[in-house]
Amino acid sequence: MTTSTLTRVRRRGPRRRARAATALTPAAGLGLGVALIWFSILVMLPLSAVVLTTTEGGWTTFVETIQQPQTWAAIKLTVGEAVLVTVTNVVFGTLIAWVLVRDHFWGKGILEVVIDIPFALPTIVAGLVLLSLYGPGSPIGIDVANTRVAVFLALLFVTTPFVVRTVQPVLLELDPETEQAAASLGASRLTTFRKVLLPALTPAITAGAALSFARAISEYGSLVLLSGNLPMRTEVTSVRILTYIENGNMAAAASVASLLLLVALFAIIALDVIARRVARR
Amino acid sequence: MSIEIAGVGRRFGDFVALEDINLSVPAGQLTALLGPSGGGKSTLLRIIAGLENADSGTVTIEGNDATRLPARKRNVGFVFQHYAAFKHMTVARNVAFGLEIRKQPKDQVAERVREMLRLVHLEQFADRYPAQLSGGQRQRMALARALAIEPSVLLLDEPFGALDAKVRKELRDWLRRLHDEVHVTTVFVTHDQEEALEVADQIVVINQGRIEQIGTPDELYDQPASDFVLSFLGPVTTLDGRLVRPHDIEVAAGPVPDSVVGTITRWTRIGYEVRLEVTPTSGGDPVQVQLTRNDALQRGLAEGSTVWLREVAPVNGAHSPVPA
Repeated sequence: MTTSTLTRVRRRGPRRRARAATALTPAAGLGLGVALIWFSILVMLPLSAVVLTTTEGGWTTFVETIQQPQTWAAIKLTVGEAVLVTVTNVVFGTLIAWVLVRDHFWGKGILEVVIDIPFALPTIVAGLVLLSLYGPGSPIGIDVANTRVAVFLALLFVTTPFVVRTVQPVLLELDPETEQAAASLGASRLTTFRKVLLPALTPAITAGAALSFARAISEYGSLVLLSGNLPMRTEVTSVRILTYIENGNMAAAASVASLLLLVALFAIIALDVIARRVARR
Repeated sequence: MSIEIAGVGRRFGDFVALEDINLSVPAGQLTALLGPSGGGKSTLLRIIAGLENADSGTVTIEGNDATRLPARKRNVGFVFQHYAAFKHMTVARNVAFGLEIRKQPKDQVAERVREMLRLVHLEQFADRYPAQLSGGQRQRMALARALAIEPSVLLLDEPFGALDAKVRKELRDWLRRLHDEVHVTTVFVTHDQEEALEVADQIVVINQGRIEQIGTPDELYDQPASDFVLSFLGPVTTLDGRLVRPHDIEVAAGPVPDSVVGTITRWTRIGYEVRLEVTPTSGGDPVQVQLTRNDALQRGLAEGSTVWLREVAPVNGAHSPVPA
């Protein structure tokens, strides 16, 4: 009898698990409900509002707004600089994370804290810091105010922590013995990096890159002071959107916003595809 | 001689991990580096593999001086205690890793991988990921990966240390059989004396950075060069001021010459075996004695009886009397 009870229990195991995959317990149902409502109010609703405002103006308003030379220049500048900054972050962020995890040096603790300063600093304060350092009357003799270099520097400043902070924990978790195993199997340092380390780090790197890109296309505070917001030259989309709103042209502002939304979505999908490719290699 | 180690020393700060190690590992044999944790045996293995550098001395592998060679050029297979699997690759890709680096043709690699997986009985797991395997299976995969490159020597660092007792026992038997099949010169590190005695052709006992003794399992067990080796390889007890094995003590119910007289103060039976604790009449520490249940019953022994103890098969080792 004991045996039959046992088999019955064992047989019920998988079936119960299968049911759990489709049906929810009351607690899990409540959790899912709260999560969905939260997500809808905070994310989906504002996003739909922007898209809705765009559609109110109609397709022609959208196209005309985007094609307006000053707006188009701002979009090209913003996306271009964001890509450049993200690529820079992927390389140097990974390098900084590597140094922080694998090397031991004096002042490492201080560096750990300093890395986060761009996170913690209010962006306008960051803008002020950059203006006093790289603006007119710079103490180090570098004046990049009102140039595209200023945009790049400001974006780089605020996005530096992203890749570092996403890669660091993953790197900490990596077992150094897998690298030694690769070496004993005949792999050079470069091959080990390419075939063993990079695939393991790629999800973290792309996550950091996505955050960094999203932050870069939306940045306002840190660059308005140093870049000078010169139309056709150093004006970014966030400034452009603000100008439209100040002029009462909500449909145009929403058009640019929607386009940014699309670009961000495209970037996230593209990064995800890259991550899968590299991880599979 | 397949591996020749001469005058190897290694320090970590003030800590002496290895001191003047000289060792010859015969080709085609299974050699165990046995000793307590922190004794330097893993460091020695890693020095042979090139994963660690020696401060002094030389390492020669198959007649070639390997002292300055980086790990990747030594053609050494290394198996880690915690598998060191490439988590993002399938089992087959893991095994193929070393071959792909050597740029071997695809079909040749595939053939070799199949052969290796057959050897370690993982053919049906070729497309799984390491996370989907049990510990024992992961370690067999690691072994296949190390053997795939046809290494001149195979090094295993506590290979079964992370596995539970039953799997460890199975893998131990299996490693012995595998070695009889493949015949690659193998060195493995262990702190488990039973594992070393059961699997190895030759055992090197290492303690506090020095080699205590080198020999076959029988030599080490029967003729230990020191009290350390004697006590590390099996149970010991003190009889008449000497270290002896509890099962090498003869128990007599009547007086015999050259014996110690005492009273049985504890009687523990474990299956076929009886463990006695005999307190000598002359005082001193109780003596632990092991005998079979039949022996104990035939002699009519019971708790409280007076017995005469003497060493039956005195070990001819040079071990000294225990200091008082």
